[in-house]
Amino acid sequence: MSLAQRISRAPEAIAGITILICLMLVALSAPLLFPGDPLAISGTPLLRPFVDATHWLGTDRLGRDVLAGVVHGARTSLLVGLVSAAAAIVLGSVVGTLAGFAGGLLDELLMRVTDAFQTVPGFLMALAFVSTIGPSLMVVVTAIALASWTAPARLVRAEVLSIRERDYVASARAIGMHPLKIAFREILPNALPPVLGLSAIIVAGAILTEAALSFLGLGDPNRVTWGGMIAEGRAVLRSAPFLSIIPGVALVLTVLGVYLAGEGLVEATSRRSRA
Amino acid sequence: MNRVLGLIGRRLLASMFVLGLVVVGTFFLLEAAPGDAVDAYAAALGAGDAGLTAELRAQWGLDQSPWARLLAYGYALAHLDLGRSLIFSRPNLEIIRERLPNTLLLMGTATALSFGLGSLLGIWAGARPGSFRDRLLSIGSLALYAIPGFWLGLVLLVVFAIELRWLPLSGIETIASGKQGFARGADIARHLVLPVGALSLIYLALYLRVMRAAMAEAWRQDFVLAAKARGIPRRRIVLGHVARNAMMPLVTMLGLQSAAMLGGSIVIESVFAIPGLGRLAYEAVAGRDTSLLMGIILVSAVLVIAINLAVDLLYAWLDPRVGANTTGVA
Repeated sequence: MSLAQRISRAPEAIAGITILICLMLVALSAPLLFPGDPLAISGTPLLRPFVDATHWLGTDRLGRDVLAGVVHGARTSLLVGLVSAAAAIVLGSVVGTLAGFAGGLLDELLMRVTDAFQTVPGFLMALAFVSTIGPSLMVVVTAIALASWTAPARLVRAEVLSIRERDYVASARAIGMHPLKIAFREILPNALPPVLGLSAIIVAGAILTEAALSFLGLGDPNRVTWGGMIAEGRAVLRSAPFLSIIPGVALVLTVLGVYLAGEGLVEATSRRSRA
Repeated sequence: MNRVLGLIGRRLLASMFVLGLVVVGTFFLLEAAPGDAVDAYAAALGAGDAGLTAELRAQWGLDQSPWARLLAYGYALAHLDLGRSLIFSRPNLEIIRERLPNTLLLMGTATALSFGLGSLLGIWAGARPGSFRDRLLSIGSLALYAIPGFWLGLVLLVVFAIELRWLPLSGIETIASGKQGFARGADIARHLVLPVGALSLIYLALYLRVMRAAMAEAWRQDFVLAAKARGIPRRRIVLGHVARNAMMPLVTMLGLQSAAMLGGSIVIESVFAIPGLGRLAYEAVAGRDTSLLMGIILVSAVLVIAINLAVDLLYAWLDPRVGANTTGVA
C-alpha cells in the first residue's frame, strides 16, 4: 500500500490536509483576491458580518475589511509557522547530531545549553527577544525558532546515540570518512523520521506563538496578523465581538488542520513500519 | 533515602550551571538592545543633558565594559539583588515578590484542574481503546488543543462576563471592596474562574492525550495479559494495572509543561488584567525596562527548575527504580 493510500484511509488526515491545502491556496491568492493594502481603510467602520456584500465579514473600527485581513493574515501565519518551524528543526538537528555523535564534553555542554533554553519559558524568551531587537518578520521567526529548537534537538540526539553504534557507521569510520561527514550524511538522515513526526506540533506551536506575540503588539507592524486583529477587536469587545472572534476561528482552523494532517501522517508512516 | 539525596545533589549542581548559562545568555541578549537604561531614563524624563547622562552612566556603572558589568551583575545576584526597576523606581525583587503569588495561584489551580480532569478523562477514554467515546474524546481534545489560550480567554469573557454577566471582567479581586477572610477568598475565586478556565482547558487536552496514549501502551504489556489470565475484573485491571502505570509519563509532563504554562500565563494575565508575573513581563517589555525583564526571566527560570526538581522527587518516590543507577541523568 502506498503512503497516499494509507493516508486516504484516515478521515482525520484527509480533513487536515484539505484544510491546509485550502488555506495555502487562500494565502497564495491573497494579492489576487484582495489587491492592495489590507491595512487600508475600505469602507464604513464597524460594519457587521453578512450585511454588506462588499464586506462579507464586516469592517473593523477604522473601516478595514475583515475578510481581506483574514486572507492576508493567513499568509503571515503560514509563512511564520513554516519558516520558523523549519529553522527550529534544522537548528535542533545540528545541535542534536553534534551532541549525540561527539559525546563527551561537547555533548555535556550542548545539553546544558539545551537545558538553559528549556528552563526559560519559551514565550517569555520570544517576548524578550522581539522586544529587544524590534518587531519585524525576520525577528519574530528567529525568536520562535530560538524558543522551539530544544525538543527536536533532544529527539535527534537520542536517535543519533542509538544509530552511531550501528555497523554501517563503523564501516564508514573504517574507510576513513570524515567524522562530520559521517554525522551529517550517514547518521542524521536516519535520525530524522521521528523528528518529522514532531514537526506538526512544532509548526502548530510556532503559529500559536506568532499569534500570541502579535496579540501583545509584538508582531511585524507592516503586516496583517490574526493575533493583531484579535487585539484590535479587543477595544470593542462589548459592541463588536466578531472582530476578535473571526480571526481566532481562522487561527483554530489552521492549527487544527496542522495537527490533523500531522497525526494522519504519523499514523500512516507508523503503520508502514509495523507491517 | 541516599538515592533521593544523591539525585537532589546532582540535579542542584546541574541546575546552578544551567542558571549561570541563563544569566549570561539573557545578559548579552538584553545588551544587544539599542540604547541603555540611561537612554530610557532620559527619554522618560524627556530631557537629554549630556553631563547628566554621563554622570548617571558612571553612577550606574554603565560606562564599564559589558564583561565588567556582567561580573558586577553576577556579584549582585549572588546577594539576591536583582537591581532596580526603571518604570516602578523600586527594587525588582520586591515587585516580583508582590506579583509572584498571583501567578502561582493561577498556575497552580490551572495545573491541578487540568491534570486531575485530564487524567480522569484520559483513563475513561483509554479504558476501551478504539471505542466510539475514545475516538470522540481524542478528536475533541485535539480541537481543544488547537485553541490559542488568549483567544479562548476573550471568548469566555464575551460569553460569561459581557453577555451573561455571571463573572467579573478582569482583575484578581474587587478593588477596595474591604472584604476579609472567606468573603475575600470567594471574591478571588470568582475572578479566577475565567482565567483558570482559559489556561487549563488547553492543558486538559494535553494531559488527556498523553494519558490516553500511555494507557494504550500499557494495555499491550504482559502484566495486563497476566492480570486478565488471573481473572481479575476489568475495572480493577483498568484502574489498578493500566492507569497506574500510565500515570508516569503524565508526571513527567507536569514538569516539562511548567515552563510552557508560565509562558501561557503571560498572555492570559494580560487578557484578564491579573497583576501577576506574566503581566509584569508585558509591562516591562512595554516600558523598555530591561533590568526588570531580566529579573523576571531569572525568577521564572528558578521557578521552572524548582518545579522540575519537585517533579523529579515525586517521580523518584513513585518509581523506586529512578536514581538507582548513577548514570542515566541527561
